[in-house]
Parts: sequence; C-alpha cells; structure tokens
Amino acid sequence: MTVLRAIGAVPEAVAVLALPPMLLSIIAKTKAWFGGRDGPPWLQPYYDLMKLLRKGVVYSRTTTWVFRAGPIVNLAALLCAATLIPVFSDDTLLGFGGDVILIAYLLALGRMLTVLAAMDTGSSFEGMGASREVTFGTMSEPALFLSFVVLALATKSLSLAEMLGAPLQAAWGDVAPAMLLVVAALLIVLLTETCRVPVDDPATHLELTMIHEVMVLDHSGPDFAYITYAAALKFLLLGSILVHAALPHASWALWIDAPLRVVELAVLAMLVGVIESSLARLRLQRVSLLLAGAFVLSGLAAVLTFYRTHA
Amino acid sequence: MSVETATDLVLVMVILLDLGMLTVSRLATTVRFFALQSLLLAFLPLAAATFEGQAPGMHALVIAGGTITLKVVLIPTILLRIIRTGEIHREIEPFIGFTASVLLGAALVVVSFAITARLPVPREPVSNLIVPASLSTVLIGLLTLVSRLKAITQVVGFLILENGIFIFGLLLIEQTPLLVEMGILLDLFVGVFIMAIVVYHIRREFDHMDTHLLDELREA
Repeated sequence: MTVLRAIGAVPEAVAVLALPPMLLSIIAKTKAWFGGRDGPPWLQPYYDLMKLLRKGVVYSRTTTWVFRAGPIVNLAALLCAATLIPVFSDDTLLGFGGDVILIAYLLALGRMLTVLAAMDTGSSFEGMGASREVTFGTMSEPALFLSFVVLALATKSLSLAEMLGAPLQAAWGDVAPAMLLVVAALLIVLLTETCRVPVDDPATHLELTMIHEVMVLDHSGPDFAYITYAAALKFLLLGSILVHAALPHASWALWIDAPLRVVELAVLAMLVGVIESSLARLRLQRVSLLLAGAFVLSGLAAVLTFYRTHA
Repeated sequence: MSVETATDLVLVMVILLDLGMLTVSRLATTVRFFALQSLLLAFLPLAAATFEGQAPGMHALVIAGGTITLKVVLIPTILLRIIRTGEIHREIEPFIGFTASVLLGAALVVVSFAITARLPVPREPVSNLIVPASLSTVLIGLLTLVSRLKAITQVVGFLILENGIFIFGLLLIEQTPLLVEMGILLDLFVGVFIMAIVVYHIRREFDHMDTHLLDELREA
C-alpha cells in the first residue's frame, strides 16, 4: 500500500515542481493584458530558468560560504515544505501531526539564509533590503501563525493536510465569519511573503525602493535560478494553503481534484495580477499598518473561533 | 442563510469597522465608516425580532427607521459639512500612532471577549457575539475619544461609543419602552448638534480643530 502510494506520488510531485513558473507567467500575462500589451511568451519563466542554469557564477571576494549557501538552503527548505503542504489533493507526501510548525520554521529558515547571504556581500543596499525583509517578516509571521491557530482550533487537528481537508468544511458552517477573516489575512501574508504589490514591487528598477530584489542583486547564474525558482515555489505553496482554506471540499478522485486545484491556483495568480495592476505600492510606513491589519484579522478570527468552540 | 449567521456576519463587520476607523487618517472616511456601521446596526433590531419568532413589529421598525434617519443620514451630513467647510481634512499626528492604535484596538477586542466569557446573560440572545461586539465597540470608541486630537474625530469617537451601547440594548429590545429609545436618539442628535457648534467656534477662534490647545486656561 505504501509502495503504491509512493509510486502514485511521483507524477504529483513532478507536477508540483513543474507548475510554479507557470503561475508567474499567468501573473505577467494578466499585468500585460491590463497594460494593453501581449506580454512575454507563456513559457518565458522556464526559458529564463534554463538560461540562468547554463550560465557561470561570479562570486565577490568579500563573500564567504554563507553567500553560496543562501540560495541552496532557501530552495531546499521550500522543497521540504512542499512535501508537507497539500497542493493538488487533500493529502501530503510526508504530513504528520504538528507539521504546521515545521512548515512555518522552514519558511523562516529560507528567509534567514537569504537575509544572511544578502548581509554577507557587505553591500549597503543589500543590508537595507535585508533589514526591510526582516521587519516585514516579523509582522507577517505572527499573522501566518495565528491563521494556522484558527485552522487548528476549527478542525481540532495539527496536521496541515487535515487542517485544510474535509474537517474544514464543517468549520466553514460553524464559524464562517472567522474563516473569511483568515482567508483575508492569508491573502495579505501571501502578497507580503512573495514580495508582491502593495508590499513590494517585483518589477522595480530602483534599488532604494526594492525589498526582495535588492537582496539578491549579487547572485548570478544557477544561484539566481534557484532564487527565482524558490520564489515561484513559495507562491505556489502559500497559494495552495490559501486556496485550500478558502474552498475546502471533500476528497474527490485525483483526476477531478488536481485539475480543479490548478484552475483555482491560476485564478489566484490572475487575482494577484489584477491587484498588481490596479494598486500602487504602499509607502513603507503604511506597509506596517497593512501587516498589522493582517495580524489583527487573524487574531480576531482566532478569538471568534476560540469563543465559538469553547464557550 | 439563517438569521443567526447573518447577525454574526453583521457583528463581525461592525468590529472590523471599529478597527478600520482606527487606521484611517482622513476625517471624511472616518465619518463614512461610522455611517456604514450605523446602517449595519439598523438591521439588527429587525433580526432580533425575527429571532424571537415573530414578524418585526412596530417597535423594531421605528428603532431601525430612527437609526437610519439620524445616524446614517442626518449626523454624517452635518459632520461632512463641517469637514468640507474647514481646511483640515486629516488626523496628522494622533497621540497614539495608527499601527499602535490598531494593535491596541485588537487587544481591547480580545479583552471584551474575555469579559463576555465571564458575563452570563439572562436570556439566549440572537447571537452570542452581541455582548463582545458591544463591549469592543464601546472600548474602541473610548480609545478614539482619548487618542485623537481633532474635534471631529472625537465626536465620531463619542458616536461609536453610543453605537456600542445601542448593540447592548438589543439584548433588552423587547423590554425597553420605545420612549427611552427615542429619547436616546434625540439626546444623541442634540449632543452632536451642540458639538458641531462648538467645533465651528473652536475653528473660528483658533483656525484649527485641535482640542489639546484648549486645556490651558489662561489669557494669552
């Protein structure tokens, strides 16, 4: 049985690994459509990754092993998280009770190494980006954790596969307002963690206004490919959490479930594209207000759920 | 959607609007948030009556109508007119910053839920969110009153406070005579009217709406 399950998981895992750049492509196409342009070809993110992987690497003499470890550890942490987060089905590869905490810390580990690698270059710009990334991270992580707390309280489970699976349907019936708040908080967390407008502008060309992009300025070749791919993977993973939380349904056959989830993720990517096209980036001081908003939304949801399930 | 779920959604929206009012700096937006909150609250007496198992009677309809006329139309119109004729449109530097006041507001919401858990109500209300929503609205109204500088925001803080008391009154809607409800609404209207006149005079004397300059009692 476990062998069959393992063999069955291979195509699913391949699909999970192949999908992320496509989502970036959907965002780019949506933005292009809003601007009245054709936009880059659908497979452009894949071409970019191939090109970067074939290139050589340049390391500055001031950098140490931390700089080289950054992109690799970041990608590895996200790949580990990918085995714990349900993407196409309600099942995960290696899920276990309490895996939510590991997921949150894997995301934090990836962030920590990216930040350390940026500081390792000794560039003042990158230090500035690192400082901003950490500042926003300290505010979006509590929101993510509190959202997990709400899901755990509502489903009485600590494994992400169950927290986002069938028990969540009943929770939507019991505490619908709290679930809506969680979805809103998760959307803000998604936009922050994947460096999207209104928190960060991935297309900016001015180092002073960058957050994520300025931290990876010195990476080149395959290292930069890992970073780009890891960013796309992070979008897929957090997006799946959001999609599963927003639209829980009973476990259907994989051949219905998987295409449905892909469509939902594509819609989410289009939504992010619409947000990027219709909103301006927030001033840095206002970003903290937005993130405090996400924190408060998930906190209020946690109080509501706790109040309903325990009172 | 059942009456209970709808009431829950409305009360959560009310709490969110409370918190939202702590984040905006534009005075006109604060007033509009208040009008929206009052509009949501106007439907609650009808929901409470429906929950009791009867069609909304005269009592509930009059309260809803009075709330809409006064708190959704009349008072916001007066306040928006004062804002439009004045030069000041924003709360620039409140005593407590916007991010800090939102976090403080969230803490107050948690406190209200904690208090509610130890506060038995005599009868099963239409939604068990009524008491926490009312307490948090009252507390956030108080927070707005003490932490903001502009006279208009302080008036809105007072009105939010009254909205909180209105939510609490839903628990006793059948027991409260209509006369009392009408009296409260009239008091509120007269209160806002007087405050509007005071704000107008503050602005004419000092060219601004800051109230913290009024706490010195000496002649310059």
